[in-house]
Amino acid sequence: MNNILSIKNLRVRFRTKSPFQAMLQKIDDPFIDAVRKVSLDIKQGETFTLVGESGSGKSTLALATAGLLTAKEGQIKFMNEDVTNMTPSQIMAYRKKISFIWQNSIGSLSPRMSVGSLITEGYKIHNLKDRDLKMEADRLLKLVGLPTNIKERYAHELSGGQARRVGVARAIALDPKLIIADEPTAGLDVSVQGEILNLLNKLRDDLGVSLFVITHNLNIVRHISDRTAVMYLGRFVEQGQTDDIFAKPRHPYTLALLSANLTPYQKTSLENRIELTGEVPSLMDRPNGCEFHTRCPFSSKHCDNEFPPIHTFNNHQILTCHYPLN
Amino acid sequence: MKGVIKKISSDPLGLIGLCLVTLMVISALGAPIFAPYDPIQLNIMERLQGPSVNHLLGTDQLGRDLFSRVLFGGQVALKVAFLTIGLALIVGIVLGLIAGYGPAWLDNSIMLLFDTIRSVPTIMLALAAVTVVGPSITTVIFVVAVSSIPNYGRIVRTQTLTIKSKDFVKAEKLMGASLLRILSIHLLPNILGPLLILASMDIPTVIALEAGLSFLGMGVKPPTPSWGSILNDGFSLIRNTPWPIIAGSIPLVLATLGFTFLGESLRDLLDPKLRKLL
Repeated sequence: MNNILSIKNLRVRFRTKSPFQAMLQKIDDPFIDAVRKVSLDIKQGETFTLVGESGSGKSTLALATAGLLTAKEGQIKFMNEDVTNMTPSQIMAYRKKISFIWQNSIGSLSPRMSVGSLITEGYKIHNLKDRDLKMEADRLLKLVGLPTNIKERYAHELSGGQARRVGVARAIALDPKLIIADEPTAGLDVSVQGEILNLLNKLRDDLGVSLFVITHNLNIVRHISDRTAVMYLGRFVEQGQTDDIFAKPRHPYTLALLSANLTPYQKTSLENRIELTGEVPSLMDRPNGCEFHTRCPFSSKHCDNEFPPIHTFNNHQILTCHYPLN
Repeated sequence: MKGVIKKISSDPLGLIGLCLVTLMVISALGAPIFAPYDPIQLNIMERLQGPSVNHLLGTDQLGRDLFSRVLFGGQVALKVAFLTIGLALIVGIVLGLIAGYGPAWLDNSIMLLFDTIRSVPTIMLALAAVTVVGPSITTVIFVVAVSSIPNYGRIVRTQTLTIKSKDFVKAEKLMGASLLRILSIHLLPNILGPLLILASMDIPTVIALEAGLSFLGMGVKPPTPSWGSILNDGFSLIRNTPWPIIAGSIPLVLATLGFTFLGESLRDLLDPKLRKLL
């Protein structure tokens, strides 16, 4: 299968101090790396999930992929076209083929617009005049399982679950090839979470889109994802088939995340549960060597000084660790 | 619209404001019908009279009927108020959007321009303009509009700064919406509410300013009736008769009260936190 999206060594930086401040305080590098050397491939019709703690750079990676943030280094290729180097007309074509489901479901809907005009906004932006907007709105609302009379409502009159469905309807309006979903279940109760996930699964199967899902909820990952990457301080520490990662986590951080995940009955019994201590290090002061060593229960002196090599298991489970778990 | 009027009516002050404003608009627009006399028709035989059945508010030193002059003066006041506020609103919105949405250097230069305008007193600006182009109603409109642009511009800028980082603006950008579309369809409707309230509360200020400038001889030219020029005429006659002063100030007070009440009522109506108090 061919890759829809292919990211190589992506690096996204944010300025923390103004040039003048940096000069006064003698800081050579007044930037932080929110995303550092990330590579990933998403195949057609596949669901790729990204997990990690708050502040690990998940959303930054998503926004950079969507083209809202500019990358400092690296390459983003979408259907073999370089996204980081596009003419305005190519960017418009790219905007049509990707879409975003926002974490803040109500806040991402323009407050003075009715649901009907919100979900058909894409047709208006891309000047698709041949379509009957009313019929399109009905079609989209039916696809996401909302009653068609919701068209006249405004964002603040919707419940969290409804707003999320409206967000999904808006995302699939232009038949995108890739949908990026940032915490698609945030702020929803468990039954509605399940409905939204089933909806996303169904849309992926029916429409053949690829999904790039960002979440910190591991139960979601198991439910919808084909492949998973685990992010820590802006890097991928482990990446592979979701089943493999859940059955046999090889990076201590992945194991810690799985250990911390509460499930009513543990289906996969983890042999050696571990607990993390300490805080996530500041991005302004990254640890030397392996960046996880400050919190890793298995770390040794070796980890403090040397950046770990990349291991590959069974050709697809990739991780960066000196002492992969077996 | 029906709902708005109904809600304003439930607030006693708002109702009074609405009535006063309606009265002012009707009397100014219908001045040629309602006025018993020609406002610039001299009648020396009946000069400086007090109120009577023939002359409801009396006459001035040239025997002109003050009631008619007040009605026609309302036309000037309305024209100045709406043109000035309209002009200031449009320019303020455009500059404020540019400052709030544009790059920092543009923001800084527009803010500098606003601060410069604000540092010049309106009267001084008017004096300068009158010296250059001469007194006229256009000069008044121009001067008052320029000096109120910063008020609107600042509000638009602040609101734009708040809204432009919201998720729904990012979502529109991500869908490929053009700058013009984001500004006109997604930003503007969300900042218009407070602006309209400010504008309705600014109208009496502008009317009073016009009267003041006309009083100082910087506004409308003599034969044209304006509330300010009625006051100005009455000022020199204060030892002979109080009626021109009274005739000139009644509409000014009523208009000021009317628009202020209406503005405050609108503010309560459009602010969700204050709405339930009504």
